[in-house]
Amino acid sequence: MPAPDLALALRGAGRRYGDRAALRDVTLELEAGRTLVVFGPNGAGKTTLLRMLATLLRPHAGEVHVLGRPLPDDGWAVRGRIGFLGHEPLLYRELSGRENLRFHARLHRIAAARVDAVLDAVGMAARSGDPVAELSKGMIQRLAIGRAVLHEPELLLLDEPFANLDPAAAAQVAPLIGPGSGATRVVTSHDPTGGLRGADVALGLKGGRVVLLAPAAQVAPEQIAELYA
Amino acid sequence: MRSTVAALLSKELTLEWRTRESVPAMVLFSIATYVIFHFGLDRDRITGDLASGVLWVTLLFAAILGVNRLFVAEYEQGGFDGFLLAPVDRTALLVAKALTLFVFLCIVELVAVPAFALLLLGPPLTQALPGLVLVLALANAGIAVLGTLVAGLAIQTRARDLIVPLIALPLLVPVLLAAARCATPLLQDGGAGPIPADWMAVLAIYDLLFALIAYAVFDFLLED
Repeated sequence: MPAPDLALALRGAGRRYGDRAALRDVTLELEAGRTLVVFGPNGAGKTTLLRMLATLLRPHAGEVHVLGRPLPDDGWAVRGRIGFLGHEPLLYRELSGRENLRFHARLHRIAAARVDAVLDAVGMAARSGDPVAELSKGMIQRLAIGRAVLHEPELLLLDEPFANLDPAAAAQVAPLIGPGSGATRVVTSHDPTGGLRGADVALGLKGGRVVLLAPAAQVAPEQIAELYA
Repeated sequence: MRSTVAALLSKELTLEWRTRESVPAMVLFSIATYVIFHFGLDRDRITGDLASGVLWVTLLFAAILGVNRLFVAEYEQGGFDGFLLAPVDRTALLVAKALTLFVFLCIVELVAVPAFALLLLGPPLTQALPGLVLVLALANAGIAVLGTLVAGLAIQTRARDLIVPLIALPLLVPVLLAAARCATPLLQDGGAGPIPADWMAVLAIYDLLFALIAYAVFDFLLED
């Protein structure tokens, strides 16, 4: 049983796709309210790690505790406490941004007023009535961020959250998903300097294995760049 | 669970209203098939067991079109993940999808059954209608539950367009058989006869049985 102040506790966690191991022997701990930044080249296992923590993938080896609950057995108990932003926005193209967020608000039993507040916060209030299919990638990403934070989750799992966002949009959503959000965060990034900024712990993955795990303050951007060499 | 089902059902109907991907195709397929039967049989009017068979075979194949599309938006647009990340009873998705298919089938039949009467049916539809509505409702429920289960199973496969009819059609034979037997006396010449109670019971038992099976296994279909 992990310590109660740990938001994440993984011991020897692994995950396969068929015969191929996507994650192997991942052991780490993250205290509540802290930020873990995950680096690694394509196929290193970053997305698999996030999907496993989000309860969307079952761990095939080791122990995984999220918000104090063991996965996969207690996945039901943590789902409503996790905000997940993956590569797909999880929005229906034929529905408007507002309709999509209202739909998710109903699933999470959140008042409709929160939808308006979130649309304002991500800067999408003016275009909230447009079908998602008619929006730019950056706008869709803003809506996806709104969807991920709609229920004010304790744990944010963010897969390259600033992809497709211009600097102004990135600054606008930063209070929702940045270090100031107050949530425990796991963020994947390919930007050594930007990724380390605001992070407490840095994790480097390569071929599904942990090759770097250290306090972010002790990691130089050059070490991260070596992961991609 | 009721509010989750309501949210899902509302989303399903809105998406269908916007895209018009399933119901119009099912309606057009039904009408085209009745036209083909009209010319293929070279008869203006059919009655009894032949009429019943033509009616149900056509509706069953039309239903397969809807079953094939049932989870496409969830699969292609991340709806599964969005749903699985919410703190809700997963059975709500089964109920909402089955209700969606049930509603789609009812809408299709609102057009397809009068079209069948116009193109092929000998006796007037009015005399058969009260009993036929009951048979349609029971058969639709069975198709909706089984169809949702099969669609949920097939959506994870690359060959879902093949898997759905290959699995669903054999499993729907009891529905076809019972619905056709129930409708035969309703569609005979000289006035609608009573619906055979034993075949109605078969339909009801089928609905109940597959509702229980779907309830038991649907969660596992959603699991990774």
